[in-house]
Amino acid sequence: MILLLAYGAVLFSFASGLLALMMNQRQVLLGLSRYWFKKFPGSHQQNQSVLEDNLQEARYPDALRQVVFVLLGLSGMFAVLAGLGVMVGKEAVTDQISLGLPWLPWHVRFDSLSGFFYLIIGIGVAAVSLYGPGYVRAYDESQHPFAALGLFTGLFVAGMLLVLLADDAFFFMIAWELMSVASYFLVAFQHENPANRRAAFLYLLMAEVGALAIILAFGVLASFSDGFTFDALREAKLSSTWASIAFVLALLGFGMKAGVVPVHVWLPEAHPVAPSHISALMSGVMLKVALYGLIRFCYDLIGDVHWQWGVALLIVGTVSALGGILYAMMQANLKRLLAYSSVENIGIIFMVLGLSMIFMDNGQPQLAALGFLAALFHAFNHALFKNLLFLGAGIIQHQTHELNIDLMGGLIRRMPHTSKLFLIGCMSISSLPLFNGFVSEWLAFQTALQVDALDNGVLRSLIPVAAAALALTAALAAACFVKVFGMVFLGQSRSRHCDKAHEVQDKGMLAGPSLLAGLCFLIGIFPGMVISLLNSVAGQLLGQTLPNDSALGWLWLAPVSAKQASYSPPLVLIAALIAGCISFWYLRRNPATVMRRAEPWDCGFGGLTPRMQYSCHAFTMPFRRIFANAWIVDERIDKDLQGAMNQDVAAIRYQLQVQDHSWPRLYEPIARGVDCLARQVGRIQTGNIRVYLGYSFATLLILLWVVS
Amino acid sequence: MNWLIAILQTLLFIVLAPLLAGWLKCCKCRLQNRKPPSLLQPYRDLIKLTSKQPVVAGQASWLFPIAPYLVFSATVLAATVVPLIAVDLPTSASADVIVMVGFFAFARFFLALAGLDIGTAFGGMGSSREMTISSLAEPAMLMAIFTLTMTASTTNLSVAINHVLNDGLILRPSFVFALFALILVAIAETGRIPVDNPSTHLELTMIHEAMILEYSGRHLALIEWASQLKLMLYGVLIANIFFPWGIAESFTAQALGYGLLAIMGKLAVLAIFLAIAETLVAKMRLFRVQEYLSFAYLLGLLGMLSHIILEASR
Repeated sequence: MILLLAYGAVLFSFASGLLALMMNQRQVLLGLSRYWFKKFPGSHQQNQSVLEDNLQEARYPDALRQVVFVLLGLSGMFAVLAGLGVMVGKEAVTDQISLGLPWLPWHVRFDSLSGFFYLIIGIGVAAVSLYGPGYVRAYDESQHPFAALGLFTGLFVAGMLLVLLADDAFFFMIAWELMSVASYFLVAFQHENPANRRAAFLYLLMAEVGALAIILAFGVLASFSDGFTFDALREAKLSSTWASIAFVLALLGFGMKAGVVPVHVWLPEAHPVAPSHISALMSGVMLKVALYGLIRFCYDLIGDVHWQWGVALLIVGTVSALGGILYAMMQANLKRLLAYSSVENIGIIFMVLGLSMIFMDNGQPQLAALGFLAALFHAFNHALFKNLLFLGAGIIQHQTHELNIDLMGGLIRRMPHTSKLFLIGCMSISSLPLFNGFVSEWLAFQTALQVDALDNGVLRSLIPVAAAALALTAALAAACFVKVFGMVFLGQSRSRHCDKAHEVQDKGMLAGPSLLAGLCFLIGIFPGMVISLLNSVAGQLLGQTLPNDSALGWLWLAPVSAKQASYSPPLVLIAALIAGCISFWYLRRNPATVMRRAEPWDCGFGGLTPRMQYSCHAFTMPFRRIFANAWIVDERIDKDLQGAMNQDVAAIRYQLQVQDHSWPRLYEPIARGVDCLARQVGRIQTGNIRVYLGYSFATLLILLWVVS
Repeated sequence: MNWLIAILQTLLFIVLAPLLAGWLKCCKCRLQNRKPPSLLQPYRDLIKLTSKQPVVAGQASWLFPIAPYLVFSATVLAATVVPLIAVDLPTSASADVIVMVGFFAFARFFLALAGLDIGTAFGGMGSSREMTISSLAEPAMLMAIFTLTMTASTTNLSVAINHVLNDGLILRPSFVFALFALILVAIAETGRIPVDNPSTHLELTMIHEAMILEYSGRHLALIEWASQLKLMLYGVLIANIFFPWGIAESFTAQALGYGLLAIMGKLAVLAIFLAIAETLVAKMRLFRVQEYLSFAYLLGLLGMLSHIILEASR
């Protein structure tokens, strides 16, 4: 039953992709429907008129888009139901599909871990399917055909869902590649722009290198076992060296997809150029699939984790979290900024996962479960609010045709609903209390503070430092999103586009983000729901649940014990409402003190202009100075001087370029190396036929020698 | 009963906060050979502000008039968490010390947004500086607090204070480091000299005042009150964590009365020290603040390491 739901989700997403191909087949459909109703007349008179109506030339594209996204939404709903079902049922279901090669059927296994990620995908896809029809309507059909967009969206979602179902290495890789390649076409969707093609190529390249690393990691496991099914891989007896090699390969492969520093560079290139609902899916959901792969590989397939891996994850995670948010802070492009912020959040997840591994290997399975749960909870939260923010950025782009934060401003008055939704996203991602981001961060801190349970002195002093780095990350994230909300929505408009912008008309485009924003708030107030689901995942995968199961009521959150730490968001909410209402009511009781509007004080110079406001780069200038070594900053100020003594400034040109360290330090040397190698190889290609015949002859001789 | 005392304690917090500000001003004036205003002057200011008609800039959005209420509520919520006169209150269980730091972040988030709302240069400047300083201060503060929480192995403030009380007077090197780190952070976070000067409106040095420049009337009153509350909160945090003696452990009228007297005495002494420090030290350049705060962070880290190396049980 649950498996049927899971298959249903995959099939619906496939169907939505295939249906999108019918975009240019209106005539065929029209003919088919007429044929059908001629053959079976009378019975479906009403249906016929509805169908004919929708096949009119004017209405057809809209109707088809609606149907495609409804199918996608059904896929999302089925995924949510399947995920919830398997997590509540706590039973893993297995199956075999005889597709692919005859002696290699696809093995399917659907357990709590897959179910949880199914839930994440389901929510993301459902929100996107509400949002999509309004968003894609703006695309010009001749230049950006919906058929391509819809087809690859469907395949992409199906690929992600299949990755979660896979129970053998072959099936896993096929699904993984389906996901990667389909998303490549989505990134390259607006391919008339050379920057987009470059971004898409970079993405494909890194996805494939990552896939190679994953294949090798599976290969290491497979060489110690008989067969490629996950059951066989679980049985593999690895020496700790080989297990570590497999882990490093998996970390590289899955980390490349998840976007940890320093293999994150495709993220800030690919996310801004994809359509917004696709970047929401890629950032909110696809990165989580990579996380799923890593968790499945380490906790399930290899089985016994080593604390050294935990340290590796902790370090990689810390660097990603800090690097991600520092780079995010310097971006002026809204979607690039959000992409870098995904790097940060993935870093936080990796950190906590690392803590969990450290506790696991040090004989503290309950604390390991706590860390594991905190990591998965943060993954869930990140999926919610990052999806929300990307969809919000899409609305802004849709309404203002602008992504540069420095050219926005004042949108809170012109787009009231969007601004509220975006504010909720900003508050969640800045981990403010009462919202979901805070709960997972709180759990992460609680995990890190249990460090006294460890014996190793180095670890005991390393982990608190990581916790402080987490605190710094959170504070920087708050600063970054104050900047985003302040520059985009507050103040005065910095450009004409934004001055003329108005609220989006399509209800669906607001409904999708509203769903996510509602979930952000709801889960921030009642985190117990998600945590009890996650507890079953931890129970199935680690064989261990939270130390204090009973304390997980709907009211209290006390993961270790009530004496050690507790947090009760509903009580906090009630107290906040009481405090707010009393002060609100008390201070406004006097009718003489009603609020008066007036011009702001402009020092008597007459009129505040938008150019007087702080800009995005001005806001982050103190950070740029304090953390100067984190970037390669190229700041140039040219002054045009005039006057007798060359002392009057006629004009000032200010240029600022902030670059990622990873390009000149890591990628450009590799690119140069590859170029150099290619030139060396090129030497044997002389272009002379006799030499090539000689090569063939030599190869033949060598092969004969090998064979004999 | 417990809840009643908890609510009472929160009300005491709110009511006493302006008094502390008045006392601090009094001490400073005496030290600088000026005639001090009455101790009750902050109350008079607040009453005056609340009875005035607030003027709001024409282009302000809905966020601007809402922000003071949010800031005030968040600060009051932070006050419910901190034990003032008694430990073992139910409110400290509903939110622990990490949540308290979260409340401060919440208040700051909205204050910074409100600073950006009107679109004046000062507001943006204040927001940018405030976020910079706070993002450096927050890890330092958490470092200091983690030292404490790891010693008591709890993040519940009330339980942690109980732990310190039960252990009696033991000189822990980690606590000394954490105390100094927390004092440095408290000075930075409450906007006192040498980081910020609450009594100036000079553009080169303004931080907190620049953000709230556009506020007037009851909105300004709420923000002022919230910042007085925040000052008192940090004072109580330092006083009750590191010198908890005198706090009521049972809910009898006598114990509570002693608790109240004890905390008022402790705060009065702390305020005198703060006034002396503010009189002796000059304000720092903005870009020296990072060194100051990284020093605080380093102290917190040293406290943590000395706990792990010297004091932990194994």
